[in-house]
Amino acid sequence: MEILSKPWPWYVAGPIIGLTVPALLLLGNKRLGVSSTLRQICAAAIPGKISFLNYDWKKDQWNLFFVGGILIGGFIGGTLFPNPDPVHITENTARILREQGLTDLSGLLPQELFNWKALFSLKGFLLMVVGGFMVGFGTRYARGCTSGHGITGLAALQWPSLLATVSFFAGGIFVSHFVLPLILSL
Amino acid sequence: MNNFKYLILGVVFGLALTKGEAVSWFRIQEMFHFESFHMYGFFMTAVPLAALSLFFIRKMSIRSIDGEPIVIPSKAYHHGVIIGGLIFGFGWALTGACPGPLYAQIGGGYLVTLVTFLSALSGTWVYARFKYSFPD
Repeated sequence: MEILSKPWPWYVAGPIIGLTVPALLLLGNKRLGVSSTLRQICAAAIPGKISFLNYDWKKDQWNLFFVGGILIGGFIGGTLFPNPDPVHITENTARILREQGLTDLSGLLPQELFNWKALFSLKGFLLMVVGGFMVGFGTRYARGCTSGHGITGLAALQWPSLLATVSFFAGGIFVSHFVLPLILSL
Repeated sequence: MNNFKYLILGVVFGLALTKGEAVSWFRIQEMFHFESFHMYGFFMTAVPLAALSLFFIRKMSIRSIDGEPIVIPSKAYHHGVIIGGLIFGFGWALTGACPGPLYAQIGGGYLVTLVTFLSALSGTWVYARFKYSFPD
């Protein structure tokens, strides 16, 4: 069971992620892309009279099974067999985060920022509620996320996907360097 | 029952995301600060391997197990690729999660990320509602 509680190096986890692309194609002619499930759930739950949400979402229900699987995978890897040690980030990363005020670098997420009580502070609201909103809004606007554009699209050598991936990173680098320190100092 | 195979593939995918720490907020900050090769190594093995598989699938006209020809529809350029892409990037750095990890973080026991997930749903809903007001 040690293989399940220990973190996997990038050269093990990365290839598994990459091979998911041909596995989905060969087993069902499906294209890897996670963010479209957010649209599907909206279409199933609260479509209203919005034309973008009134479509045959059941046709793509395979993807809901796939993300259900991701949730179970997260449960096995994070809840049943969590890594007992903190994520092995570099010294320098740890120093940067400590300088921004973090004290606890254990777990997958900083629990001092991501907890129910923090939700009612401006800091927590910005990180979880505003951050989450931007993930859902931005990925649909871009018509894909790290999996659909960053992996499937790049692997299919599609230049709009390269542009999307560069934009994901540009946005992330900007916020991580210049906005997050401000939020953490609130 | 036909959908069961996708559930299994999802479990493997989610396990690789979690154990590979791509769902870790700390790893995401490290990546955006260019402090470690870890996440780049992740992408630099995933993407070429997927590309190589696609190359062979095309080259040898391999069909899916149901005998369907495999086609990857091309993603056309629209301005949302850049504008939406930037907005998603902002959110990625704040939450430490792209959509796949959103699901994995909930399963990983960080139940408060259910709120992040619900916010992501509302973001998608608001985009859908006002889709035609945004430059495309």
